[in-house]
Amino acid sequence: MIIRIMGEGQYELSDDELEALNVLDAEVESAVLAGDADAFGSSFAQLLDRVRSHGAAVADDVLVDSDLVLPPGDADLDEVADMLGDSGLIPG
Amino acid sequence: MSIMKRLGLIFRSKANTALDRAEDPRQTLDYSYQRQLELLQKVRRGVADVATSRKRVELQLNQLQQQGDKLQGQAQKALAASREDLAREALTRRAALQTQAEDLQTQHAQLQGEEEKLTLASQRLQAKVESFRTRKETIKATYTAAEAQTKIGEAFSGVSEEMSDVGLAVQRAEDKTASMQARAGAIDELMASGALDDASASPNSDIDRELAALSAGSEVDSQLAAMKQQLGSGERQALGEATPGDAASAEQAAAEQPDEQTREG
Repeated sequence: MIIRIMGEGQYELSDDELEALNVLDAEVESAVLAGDADAFGSSFAQLLDRVRSHGAAVADDVLVDSDLVLPPGDADLDEVADMLGDSGLIPG
Repeated sequence: MSIMKRLGLIFRSKANTALDRAEDPRQTLDYSYQRQLELLQKVRRGVADVATSRKRVELQLNQLQQQGDKLQGQAQKALAASREDLAREALTRRAALQTQAEDLQTQHAQLQGEEEKLTLASQRLQAKVESFRTRKETIKATYTAAEAQTKIGEAFSGVSEEMSDVGLAVQRAEDKTASMQARAGAIDELMASGALDDASASPNSDIDRELAALSAGSEVDSQLAAMKQQLGSGERQALGEATPGDAASAEQAAAEQPDEQTREG
């Protein structure tokens, strides 16, 4: 599967990784919902690290859709909450 | 819903919306390519803008450094003149500048980070746009409208996702840079208005004036001492010690002698 980290690029990961990623993703999500910046910071960093360390970077000239997309590494809790809202932060 | 899936869906729906607008998909290939080139230009302008801001901060850092060095020098001069109060004032102002310089250093690092990220984003987008152009030509040359539909969909989605991502990256960089530019502008204004000059000892600052007065005072003292010394040696000459300065009066004395000889002869 292909995962994009926004502002950074795409990574190709084995489908077996999905389960571990889902656990971390759920932690990030509950931190966002709870507005817990500390919990968000640590679980989001772990999620990104896992994608980077277990994935292979997709070459720049490859045109491929991502199955999953992650917010930029320097995004804070508020920004991620905004992205998930319907405020249309991601430009077309 | 999972964050990763939710964001993925947002991106995909944007790509689909772009594609749905197409009547004959082949006609939209060129239009899409134009938009990609425009975005590429925008990213490059973004890189240039961030670089400009970074250079501006570098200039300000240099100015603060120079002013800090100057205050350090003034503190040393003041201390040598036994004016600890002045030295303390100069060092206090230097510490204030130091705080400002540290803030600028943080901004500089952030701007450098943004510049690197945007440069990489621009390289990625350029590679994808180039791939898209190749596919676009193949599709236009090879496929009928019906066949083209799926091929275009594949090409579109990959590049459209990159465009959304890069578009947001530029927007975020602009937002971050804008707030730093506002602060850099404030520092420039302070420097222009002379408010920082006073605090950083420009040639007209009070510390400089006091030091100038101190050194003027000691210069007067040393000039007086030199004059006294000259006066001292002048008195010794008057007491008959032979020096080259007496040549004129010796000649005068010699010129007077023939008269005496005439009178004698």
